[in-house]
Amino acid sequence: MWANNKITGLLLVLLLAFLTQQGWATQITVSKNGSISSIKEGVDRAEPGDTLIIKEGRYEEHSITVDKQMTILGEGNVQIDGNRQGFVIIIRADDVTLKNVEVMHASTSFMEDYAGILVKETDGAVIENVTLTDNYFGIYLAKSSNALIKNNHITASMKRETQSGNAIHLWYSKDIRIEDNYMKGHRDGLYFEFVDGATIKGNLSEENIRYGIHFMYSDNCRYEDNTFRDNGGGVAVMYTSNVEIINNRFEDNWGSSAYGLLLKEINRSKIVGNEFYNNSVGLYIEATSRNEIRHNTFHQNGWAVKLMANSTDNMFTENNFIANSFEVATNSMKNYNEFNNNYWSHYEGYDLDRDGIGDVPHRPVRLFSILVEKQPQSLLLLRSLLIDILDAAERIMPVLTPETLVDSQPKMTKVS
Amino acid sequence: MITIKGLRKKFGPLTVLDDISLEIPSGQATGIVGPNGSGKTTAIKTLLGLVKPDDGDIHVDGESVIGKWNYRQKIGYMPQTARYPENMTVAELFTFIKNIRGAKQTSEEELIQHFGLQPELKKRMRTLSGGTRQKVGAVLAMMFDPQILIFDEPTAGLDPHASVQFKNLVNQEKQQGKTILLTSHIMSEIEELADYLIFIVEGKIRYHGPMKDLIEKQQEQRLEGAVAKMMEEAAA
Amino acid sequence: MKAMTILKYQWKDLFRGKWIIGYGLIYLLMADAMIRFGGTGTKAMLSISNIMLLLIPLVGMIYGALYLYQSREFTELLLAQPLDRPTLFWGLFGGLAAPLALAYTAGIGIPMLYTGMILTANLQSIFVILVLGNVLTLLFTGLGFWLGLKFFNDRIKGLGFALVSWLFLAVIYDGLVLLAIFLLGDYPIEEPMLGMAMLNPIDLARITVLLEFDISALMGYTGAVFNRFFGSMLGITVASGCLALWLGIPLWRGKSLFNEKDF
Repeated sequence: MWANNKITGLLLVLLLAFLTQQGWATQITVSKNGSISSIKEGVDRAEPGDTLIIKEGRYEEHSITVDKQMTILGEGNVQIDGNRQGFVIIIRADDVTLKNVEVMHASTSFMEDYAGILVKETDGAVIENVTLTDNYFGIYLAKSSNALIKNNHITASMKRETQSGNAIHLWYSKDIRIEDNYMKGHRDGLYFEFVDGATIKGNLSEENIRYGIHFMYSDNCRYEDNTFRDNGGGVAVMYTSNVEIINNRFEDNWGSSAYGLLLKEINRSKIVGNEFYNNSVGLYIEATSRNEIRHNTFHQNGWAVKLMANSTDNMFTENNFIANSFEVATNSMKNYNEFNNNYWSHYEGYDLDRDGIGDVPHRPVRLFSILVEKQPQSLLLLRSLLIDILDAAERIMPVLTPETLVDSQPKMTKVS
Repeated sequence: MITIKGLRKKFGPLTVLDDISLEIPSGQATGIVGPNGSGKTTAIKTLLGLVKPDDGDIHVDGESVIGKWNYRQKIGYMPQTARYPENMTVAELFTFIKNIRGAKQTSEEELIQHFGLQPELKKRMRTLSGGTRQKVGAVLAMMFDPQILIFDEPTAGLDPHASVQFKNLVNQEKQQGKTILLTSHIMSEIEELADYLIFIVEGKIRYHGPMKDLIEKQQEQRLEGAVAKMMEEAAA
Repeated sequence: MKAMTILKYQWKDLFRGKWIIGYGLIYLLMADAMIRFGGTGTKAMLSISNIMLLLIPLVGMIYGALYLYQSREFTELLLAQPLDRPTLFWGLFGGLAAPLALAYTAGIGIPMLYTGMILTANLQSIFVILVLGNVLTLLFTGLGFWLGLKFFNDRIKGLGFALVSWLFLAVIYDGLVLLAIFLLGDYPIEEPMLGMAMLNPIDLARITVLLEFDISALMGYTGAVFNRFFGSMLGITVASGCLALWLGIPLWRGKSLFNEKDF
């Protein structure tokens, strides 16, 4: 079907190019006191390839269905208010561009995923510089491809998960670029399910009720330079292979089930150059295998890494672990992952040959983290002299901590 | 005039002062004698407010001193074993106590001269010998020219020369009409310096009155003999 | 006024004794090393607060008691002067606690200044470390004074008690808490646990450090009681209040002991 869409898309582009050259494309203007005062009417009157200009003003309309290839541009402060009557804008044609408008008040519903902008079964949609305010879902892409979602400002202010949809929601979509958007106060900032080959770059997703980004079954995606901050549950990434998570920031995610980044059944992926700062758990890893975790910085998290024993063959190299309450915690005596060449601020060894590598191995799993795992209340004893003594004893003679979870070449200075 | 009425003090089960009442006359020297542990030092410390009595009262110049502190302006005290802040120099110690008492005019100079302490002034207290410390203590007690002087075993650490110097000084003070209270194990010293005598055994006063009377009463030539006799009587 | 005179002379005396300078130097060298090797960030501050939690209670209590013994004759000399006992008590206490606090403040403050850490690090964290260190110094010196006065005539006992008290508060107490957690862990014991922590001044100080540096870990705990306590102003308010009580009570007891004491 996608292939089919692509072909029709291409034909349309060719047709458009042809029509434009012929000078048939026209510009239609909608304004509050002009001859065309409703957007719906403007869309109805447009021929494929036309441009619709919306003049400044407040338009109380909903279910505006864009069913032909066209460009819609706002001029000045254009507000399209759905008044909680369902969807506000529905894009059903290929190559529709929507820019410079504010879309607000799509309905909240338990039955239907109403969105400010619904993009359904299309190719090549562009949504840029759009402000989405207090919609149930913000931008909803279903079975679409080659879309660009850029520089949008998507906020909502509901308090409960059920009252709030996702800021950007992708379902069965392919080759989507999501860049420089701001997402706040939704259920999930970004939600992906069955997406392939998306690039998510330079976005800021914060203070969402559940996750900053939540994705499942979405292979071959790349996340770069995004910031996920203070989301209820942090970021959760599940059931996916071949993801690249590069140079992102995960910060200030606090709570008993809040994670800077949660990985569940993620395989053959790269987690490189990210910064995990001030999270209850920086990186949570479960049933996840053969990933490269390199060059990340874990700074002042409660637990830098929680590594469940059903994870195997993950490579932790050249990461910085700085001033975390716990460096690595695990739930088993067994470990099938590798740690090498990381910098650990808890490391107490020495470097007599001055090659920058500590002469004694570092055991990042403290006995205390196992005590806390068994009896969470004992967390209150953190930094007690008693605990330090117990930890030191365990480090000398490991009894309860996994013997193979060890960095045998710990770096003496931070990896820059 | 110092008046002590019904003074009692217990240290745990041990009665140290048992209903002591007496008057210490002004302008005279009174010696307190008694066996070791009889309560001499405790009596003096109670007078100074170092020890709090269980019962009884002490009046100095007609005013009760229990729980007060300002009356100590009138008292100079030289303790039995004098130890001072170890890193302070002698001169600093003098200045310090002067500051504490807020005194401007003192006889510090003469006293230092009298005891030959000039070479010691810049020395730290911890480097001083026991005798020199005693001399420092004597200077501290007398430099503010107080009406009442209390010496607890003053000559214990002094060499004979210094001892004589000290006694001369006490005699001078006596002539100036100071009230002097002293304890000593050396009966000849008491005999030499004191007019009145208080004899304490096990916290009780056995004798209190002019020294001459006691010696006469015991039909002895010297105080030492009289006191020894009295101790035997007390033990019997 | 007279208390100030006493204080001044004691300071002079203490600083001449070199001991206090050594004490300050320990902090200076450690703080310098921590910053040199750990950078000017949180890691250095955490190391410094660990040392603070270990050293200040130990030194404060032992030296508080020892100091009273050492200055016994000096105290007697001063008590024979026209001076009231409260003045002397505060003079003695201030004369020890203030230099100790100063040694600590200078010891960790100076390296923070010359390494430029003060410019880059979190000022609130630095503030917490400085204030907490000073409060702990006053608190444990006060406790030491109180023990010293309680066992004024038996140094061995007094110093022994100081040492054992420290061991108890720093290690054994937490051991008992840990034991209680593992025995009674299935019951809702968070509130009694917090109560127990409030009863131990070292734990109180430790929790204040946790609130500053480990809040992300504390927030990861699954339990409403801790979350409510640590996640709001409640935690820091209660901890500060209890620290103030812990500061006041030994000093108040010490002062009345001193007032009634026979020397």
